[in-house]
Amino acid sequence: MNDLYDRTAPNRWSLTGVLRKIHLDALLLLGLLTLLGVGLIILYSAGDQSMALMVRQLTRMAAAFLVLLILSNIHPDRMRDASYWLYGAGLILLVFVLAFGHEGKGAQRWLDLGFFRFQPSELMKLAVPLLVASYLAERPLAPSVFRLIVGLVMIIVPALLIAKQPDLGTSLLIASSGLIVIFLSGISWRIIIGFVTVCASALPVLWHVMHDYQRQRVLTFLNPEKDPLGAGYHIIQSKIAIGSGGLFGRGWLEGTQSHLAFLPERSTDFIFAVIAEEFGLLGVGLLLVLYLLVAGRGVYIASQAQTSFARLLAGSISMTFLVYVFVNVGMVTGLLPVVGVPLPLVSYGGTSMVTLLAGFGILMSIHTHRRMMSP
Amino acid sequence: MSNRFALKDHFRESQLINDRLIFAALFAGLLFLIVMVRLSVLQVVEHEHFNSLADRNRVDIGPLPPQRGLIYDRNGVILAENIPAFTLEITPENVPDIERTLQELADLFSMSEEEVIDIKERIKQQRGFRQFVFRQRLTEKEVAVFSVNRHRFPGVDVVGRLIRHYPQGALFAHTVGYVGRINERDQKRINAQNYKGTQQIGKTGVERYYEDLLHGHVGYRQVETNVQGRVVRELHNVPPTSGSDLFLHLDVNLQRVAAEALGDFNGAIVALEPKTGGVVAMVSKPDFDPNLFVSGISIKDYAVLRDSLDRPLFNRSLRGHYPPGSTLKPFVGLAGLELGVVNTQTKSFCPGWFSLPGQDHRYRCWKSHGHGKVDLKTSIAQSCDVYFYDLANTLGIDPLHDFLDIFGFGKLTGVDVPSESKGLSPSSEWKRTTRNQAWYPGETVISGIGQGFNQTTPIQLAQATATLAMRGVNIRPQVARATRNNGESELQLFDTKKSDALAMEDSKNWEIVIDSMVEVVHGKRGTARHVGKNLPFKMAGKTGTAQVFGIKQDEKYDADTLAKKLHDHALFIAFAPADDPEIVIAVVVENGGGGSRTAAPIARSIIDQYFGLIENE
Repeated sequence: MNDLYDRTAPNRWSLTGVLRKIHLDALLLLGLLTLLGVGLIILYSAGDQSMALMVRQLTRMAAAFLVLLILSNIHPDRMRDASYWLYGAGLILLVFVLAFGHEGKGAQRWLDLGFFRFQPSELMKLAVPLLVASYLAERPLAPSVFRLIVGLVMIIVPALLIAKQPDLGTSLLIASSGLIVIFLSGISWRIIIGFVTVCASALPVLWHVMHDYQRQRVLTFLNPEKDPLGAGYHIIQSKIAIGSGGLFGRGWLEGTQSHLAFLPERSTDFIFAVIAEEFGLLGVGLLLVLYLLVAGRGVYIASQAQTSFARLLAGSISMTFLVYVFVNVGMVTGLLPVVGVPLPLVSYGGTSMVTLLAGFGILMSIHTHRRMMSP
Repeated sequence: MSNRFALKDHFRESQLINDRLIFAALFAGLLFLIVMVRLSVLQVVEHEHFNSLADRNRVDIGPLPPQRGLIYDRNGVILAENIPAFTLEITPENVPDIERTLQELADLFSMSEEEVIDIKERIKQQRGFRQFVFRQRLTEKEVAVFSVNRHRFPGVDVVGRLIRHYPQGALFAHTVGYVGRINERDQKRINAQNYKGTQQIGKTGVERYYEDLLHGHVGYRQVETNVQGRVVRELHNVPPTSGSDLFLHLDVNLQRVAAEALGDFNGAIVALEPKTGGVVAMVSKPDFDPNLFVSGISIKDYAVLRDSLDRPLFNRSLRGHYPPGSTLKPFVGLAGLELGVVNTQTKSFCPGWFSLPGQDHRYRCWKSHGHGKVDLKTSIAQSCDVYFYDLANTLGIDPLHDFLDIFGFGKLTGVDVPSESKGLSPSSEWKRTTRNQAWYPGETVISGIGQGFNQTTPIQLAQATATLAMRGVNIRPQVARATRNNGESELQLFDTKKSDALAMEDSKNWEIVIDSMVEVVHGKRGTARHVGKNLPFKMAGKTGTAQVFGIKQDEKYDADTLAKKLHDHALFIAFAPADDPEIVIAVVVENGGGGSRTAAPIARSIIDQYFGLIENE
């Protein structure tokens, strides 16, 4: 099916033809629009049918799409050229935010630029895989041990800065986006297994440097019933909401747990529980399939990319997207600790939406800037 | 292509990356499979369980605040209890328009604009608490008025709660203290989890010191509520653990006698049992009604207490700084004996004044025509100043300071009531470090009679006297005697903390000083001889008169012409029986004039009450 427009000149007046002109990928676009639409429907219910909330979310979507469109029209090679600059700027901003940042909910993440507030960590979500991919692809793959170490440093420095804000969730996501690039670049399995072993044995050290509230979250995760009034409240309520949804759910706008305000953060981090309560196992199953399809299209784009840089980058963006979904759903269902990661493209909130669609803009750019010839 | 090697390796590289992509995709698929399994477990296998929790039911988890422990005196008389009262509480989550609700409630109870602002401020402070107390101790009429209008106020309810009550009123205001609303400062010292649902916290006195014991541990319950958030059914209940009860050494009768004996004077009284350190009476006057603070004192009432020149909120027994005056003399005398500067045979001549060699400044004795030839015993009994001027001068300030240190002068006693002051026992080093000044010999002279820089608190004076009475065993004053955990019948006694007896060079020194103090009360010319009559045992004591106002060289102290604020403080320390002490008393009467006239009779009435001697008179 893809061959239709990949290898042959598209009909200039067909929809795909027009999209192709402005460097958009039809299938990926369809998947994204479906996800965003589903998100709006859920948000209408989770946000107590507030039109104001919907309007704000729609505005953000529009802004995010603009960013997607701009990025998809930039040639991947230009992105590679800019990767060092972006990364450097991101690092400086991160240091800046630690020094002068605006505090919100007990963490320093924001830079207040007057007209809008900006999270440098969001920039790093793209800058890190961009830089690691461009750096590793400079030389033949698989990378040498030296290049591997340099790559790891590129990942660890921003991850530590962000963990210090403190924002453990974002820090781990950024680290994983970089590590996925390294994994895709073909380092030997022996190194991977060794790395995993070292990480596992580093867990006690990590425990030692964690903030109290983070330890609290981990402990609560292991035994939520221990603290039913405080930290465990989220997970207990979330599980009740999900479990009560059953196979087919209570129906749209019918969720009792979410509407009676038992479920905290129900329009942001815990929106998945609303979906599960109102649409049941069937609904969340379909949603997860939709996520897999979108990511699958991304993986396909990666496999068809023309340079190793583009392959690595596209692969990382697609897989990181799935990591987002997994971390959020794992958290809401009580599989993972509560780390505060939104459900991509569905949760209410602006910054992550822009970053995610920017990532998909990069994917589209990679796919639509291929030269019309077989590699 | 900018990559120099890309062409050469391109095919192999694509192959490599694609292999990894496939692996990653499979791994992702596996993770999603796990998620699906988890969801199936929650939504299919355990569906019934969660559904019963959620279906129709709207499960809510609410805290159950523990009941605060009671406080008893030594006879089992209640000093702090919990009485039921109706409070009007708001659950902000369930209130659609909080601004309007507050305004309408204020109209309903005809509250002033000021009070409304105050309440809004408190709502901000108490963010994170589920319930908020709008008004405490509703009258029956107010309850009725609200009930009629209840439909207008979703999220607002009249709740029956237990609130703290102090049946003895002002009598224990300073010692037992009071509880009050939890404010921002309190939130920093508590475990917020454990105080969910708790409205009050110990603010002062024993209530504060033993907060952890008295408070207990929060419980919680899962309830089913209807759409308005009102409770329909209880699902799960973990009851709270009530706070432990406290049993104090304090004795209501003794406390009352002491407070009455002090009368309208400002001042403080501490009476304790030297063998255990148990504080049986602790009075600070003026006092106030602690019940005012329990439900939030009104701005007006608080201003009256705060701005009063007599400072009723100030706990004089622990924080009042007073020159010990002549009550320091027994300790200075003991220092003289112990350090070998004087013995029982040493005599001084008192012409009514003392001068340092080579200076003409006259340090006067209270008896202007002098005591004549005096030894240690007569100097204590008749409170001769000249003898102690001389003695202090010979000792030197630093040896004197080091000796007084053992008795706790200038140090915290460690009593179990918070916010005690340290007092001041001066030394040359203290003056150098705090004032950057040299120590003058004249300052040593007046230190000998407890004037000058010397400052002590009544509790400190009592502790030092107890150490003397016990011949060198230093005890920590202790207000609480025992605690009883919730549901248990056995009391758990608090440890008494005492030092080993101080080793004196000559243990006879104790008896010399104590005999002199007995002489104060029972001697023919003792300064407190009028309180020594009709006692079945010997009582030891020492009067003191502390200057508030410096008198110039050639002036005379004349109470009649001086304003009352500038009258001398009257002090008295005592213990009885002298050979086997059961009780130690320290009395400070602000502007009371002379220690023998005002302070000593107060101590006597406490002793009469303590030993049940009243009928004998």
